Amino acid sequence: MKTYYDPEDLKKFATISEYQPNLAKKFFDYYGEVFEEGALTAREKSLIALAVAHTVQCPYCIDAYATDCLEKGSNEEQMMEAIHVAAAIRGGSSLVHGVQMMNKVKQLSM
Amino acid sequence: MKSLLASHNQLSDTFIQLQVLNSADEKVTALPRFAEKLQDVRLYPLKPLTVNTLQVNIGKMCNQTCKHCHVDAGPDRREIMTKETMMECLNALADTSISTVDLTGGAPEMNPNFRWFVEQITNLGRKVIVRCNLTIIVANKKYNDLPFFFRQNKVEVVSSLPYFTSVKTDAQRGDGVFEDSIKALKMLNDAGYGIPGTGLKLNLVYNPSGAFLPPAQAGLEADFKTELFRRFQIKFNELYAITNLPISRFLDYLLVSGNYDAYMEKLVASFNPHAAENVMCRSMISVSWDGFLYDCDFNQMLDLKIGNQSSRHISAFNAGKLLDREIIVNQHCFGCTAGAGSSCGGELT
Repeated sequence: MKTYYDPEDLKKFATISEYQPNLAKKFFDYYGEVFEEGALTAREKSLIALAVAHTVQCPYCIDAYATDCLEKGSNEEQMMEAIHVAAAIRGGSSLVHGVQMMNKVKQLSM
Repeated sequence: MKSLLASHNQLSDTFIQLQVLNSADEKVTALPRFAEKLQDVRLYPLKPLTVNTLQVNIGKMCNQTCKHCHVDAGPDRREIMTKETMMECLNALADTSISTVDLTGGAPEMNPNFRWFVEQITNLGRKVIVRCNLTIIVANKKYNDLPFFFRQNKVEVVSSLPYFTSVKTDAQRGDGVFEDSIKALKMLNDAGYGIPGTGLKLNLVYNPSGAFLPPAQAGLEADFKTELFRRFQIKFNELYAITNLPISRFLDYLLVSGNYDAYMEKLVASFNPHAAENVMCRSMISVSWDGFLYDCDFNQMLDLKIGNQSSRHISAFNAGKLLDREIIVNQHCFGCTAGAGSSCGGELT
């Protein structure tokens, strides 16, 4: 079945450099450095990436960081908790705008 | 669960396994050959550096049937080493300066001559490592004193424990294995194993419970130490993180689960030249239950006998000739050179 997303395309990520090599190089160098051990461990960064992947709903990133989290030593409970953090922020960000709605309603109402 | 052999799975034939590894499938043949990768880093032909360990597989009989077992061991396997072959191992050892004998299986303790063999090796002044699956210690009363037997002979114990929770452990090693493993670890601790100052080493082995590479060993060891102590007050010395090689039951799992191609691609993409320099086959010889010699336990399970024609059996063991051999390599060897590398003693880099 043909779909917009092909898992094989993830392996071709580096080919984006074909059309803009300089920008791609800058991006991949930056990307690589971001995920190195730093003030945060590589394991923590991988969990953050997994959570963000769910927020931006990128199937490539979800596959990549589900695998990476396991290979960095995270377990299933930790991975699901990270996704709940993303979901809580995402849900919270909708709900907190409820205050803006209330402000507008109160402004319009007698 | 039965062994591949007992369930008449075609992968019980090593020829079929090698056919899959060198498959006509387009994707896999597009992968570079392991020998080519060694050539690129000037390590081909791969030669030994020394022979300091004799790893002896004293039988395929086991009380467990783990899903990833590269030996295809289990209760239905009957192949075990005879006392005569053990004598040949002892004769070979006496003529060499090999310092360590690494006993494996199956469950090596199920061989009726296991204790005699350990004592004889110890009498030769060699260090003995036993790859103990833990549950054998509580499987039957006659094995309950194993921790004390190990202690008497200053055996180093190396035991698999895929995780510090039951779900992951039992998924890989069978229902109830985690609970029995914890009981056995407590018995080993009670005998002094893993306790600082006793000199009695208890090392654990982590294998990934699926088609992914193991995490960095140091961080994982720290997690295991914290969690096993917090949950069960268990102590141990080191954790070895070992990659699952694509042979035998793990190969079957990869094929059935549809993970084979991606796993092989990952192993190849993660080829680490520094790990290749230090692969365990460069410092050991593996002996099968029937006395044949191999470059490692994985080659043994693929029946890839040692290249040197004049020293292929323990009865004709010749350390000098074995040092001059070319190590047999194939596509499964990518498992030992991926990432931080993998050996029976964990990471290689």
